[in-house]
Amino acid sequence: MRDVLQRNRQVAVLLVLLGFLGLCLLMATALGKVSISLPDVVKMSLNKLAVFDFTPTWRAVDETILFQVRLPRVVGGALIGAALATAGVLFQGLLRNPMADPYIIGTSAGAALGITVAMLLPIGMAFLGFGLVPLLAFGGALATVMLVYYLARVGGKTPVVSMLLAGFAVSAMLSALMFLLITMSDRLHLRINSVYMFLMGGISVTGWGQIVIVAPIVIGGIVLARLLAFRLNAFSLGEEGAAYVGINVERDKIIILALGSVLTAAAVSISGLIGFVGLVTPHAMRLILGPEHRLLIPASALAGAAFLVIADLLARTLASSGEIPVGIITALVGAPFFIYLLRRTRKEYAF
Amino acid sequence: MNAVRLERVSFAYDGRPVLENTDLSVQEGEMVGLIGPNGSGKTTLIRLIGGVLHPAEGEAHLDGLDLRCAKRKVVAQRVAVVPQQFQISFAFRVEEVVMLGRTPFLKVFSDGARGDRAVVNQAMELVGIMHLRERFFSELSGGERQKVILGMALAQQPRLLLLDEPTAHLDINHQVEILQLLKRLNHEHGITIIAAMHDLNLASLYFQRLVLLKEGRIFADGTPSAVLTSDIIGQVFSAVVQVQSHPLAGVPYVVVLPYGDKH
Repeated sequence: MRDVLQRNRQVAVLLVLLGFLGLCLLMATALGKVSISLPDVVKMSLNKLAVFDFTPTWRAVDETILFQVRLPRVVGGALIGAALATAGVLFQGLLRNPMADPYIIGTSAGAALGITVAMLLPIGMAFLGFGLVPLLAFGGALATVMLVYYLARVGGKTPVVSMLLAGFAVSAMLSALMFLLITMSDRLHLRINSVYMFLMGGISVTGWGQIVIVAPIVIGGIVLARLLAFRLNAFSLGEEGAAYVGINVERDKIIILALGSVLTAAAVSISGLIGFVGLVTPHAMRLILGPEHRLLIPASALAGAAFLVIADLLARTLASSGEIPVGIITALVGAPFFIYLLRRTRKEYAF
Repeated sequence: MNAVRLERVSFAYDGRPVLENTDLSVQEGEMVGLIGPNGSGKTTLIRLIGGVLHPAEGEAHLDGLDLRCAKRKVVAQRVAVVPQQFQISFAFRVEEVVMLGRTPFLKVFSDGARGDRAVVNQAMELVGIMHLRERFFSELSGGERQKVILGMALAQQPRLLLLDEPTAHLDINHQVEILQLLKRLNHEHGITIIAAMHDLNLASLYFQRLVLLKEGRIFADGTPSAVLTSDIIGQVFSAVVQVQSHPLAGVPYVVVLPYGDKH
């Protein structure tokens, strides 16, 4: 009976979050510089799915905006949010540190340097719908994580502390290198606005091409993360404690780090460095639902997706001209919310 | 059958030897107390038997498994360890902590099935923490925590239970409660128990076999009356003691004398 109740609670929580995400998606698709009425969005979508055949009460251009411009952008936002939040859960769980975020072991610095180099190069190359910029962002992020992991490895083990320190040192070095490049290069001076947009976290989805590549990585990554949930639970016992309950610590650490890094890199490849989603979402979910990863992982993924979709909606619509990088919105909303959560539940939240 | 068999085992941390040429066999169903001064190698011995450290030299076998090449998961299905300093991050509830003991039995696609919940309930029942199941682990008292940790170890359904100073930092009533529980697990459930103990008198009362370590070597191994003599304790702990007989149990009872005050 208790088990059934508990299972039902989990299902209920996830259904509520799923419903909320659906609502956010719908709203974000309807609203924007050109507003489309909600019924029209629903009708167009059902028509597209060939479920119904409503007579158009909308302009043809609305349909183009909806399916070719806005929907990929909104779906991209959801994927970015879900990926960052899941990566946040993975890193926080593995490092046993609630302050860990998806960028903690150098992903952001690597991606930022990759982007800078891409913008420096005089070639415009595209691969599978990706420009050079997202490709080098992805590559830079992963290469940095591997470097950090390698540097932190002592005598067949990779202690968490040395990984954090190596991550910090490598990040500082790569950031310095990036700013050096920006200062020295005339070419980058001309494109300083794009660099700035990236560093502040702007979504750069321009069509379905990127989504088709990123979506399987992100969704597959979340599923894999959920399958690793019980191992992450065991890691909260510390590395020796995890070993005592049968965890192959060094192997599972690599798997979790790699998965978190790939998720982060996938997000970075279609956006800039968006802060706070990966930090605040798992944190908030853990405070509300508890630290059990079987529920925490899917709940964080859904909540992170909803958070970023709404933040992106605000980023697109708040400024009268142009758009605000979504990272600014996530920080402005995320940081105070984070402080509020900490103060409200300080008593229960022992770590 | 041997539950544990160590042969000429040596171990060093960064070149500093901790265990040297140690032989130890423990039979299934035994209840063994490891005693010895701080730094004599008790904790290292427990880590070696638990399989998280591997001997630099010699062989370590557990239930016939060669610990050097056995999978962690397979080892954890046989031996559970209650470490000296248990830590858990994040606000887990008691029931969730005990559930962590099921980790070596979980499979990727059925994590936490009904069978596992039944084992968790049994373990909580056995150590008497059913009423605490919804509480946060971090809010419990030292004695309650130790029972939860023991519950988690029992959820592993171990044949061998290793404990590193399970009664340290506990009040006398909780010390006795934990040791009674261990005795029951040993007698009624046939679990082999090896525990590092720092309190010689409690060790004498609850263990039929004591293994005394000195500077990484086994100095004495036998019944409490054979091991706890004023001569041996004097040599190993360099303390002046008098050994009397426990008024009720008849086992050795170590009385510390004021330093240098020999009678």
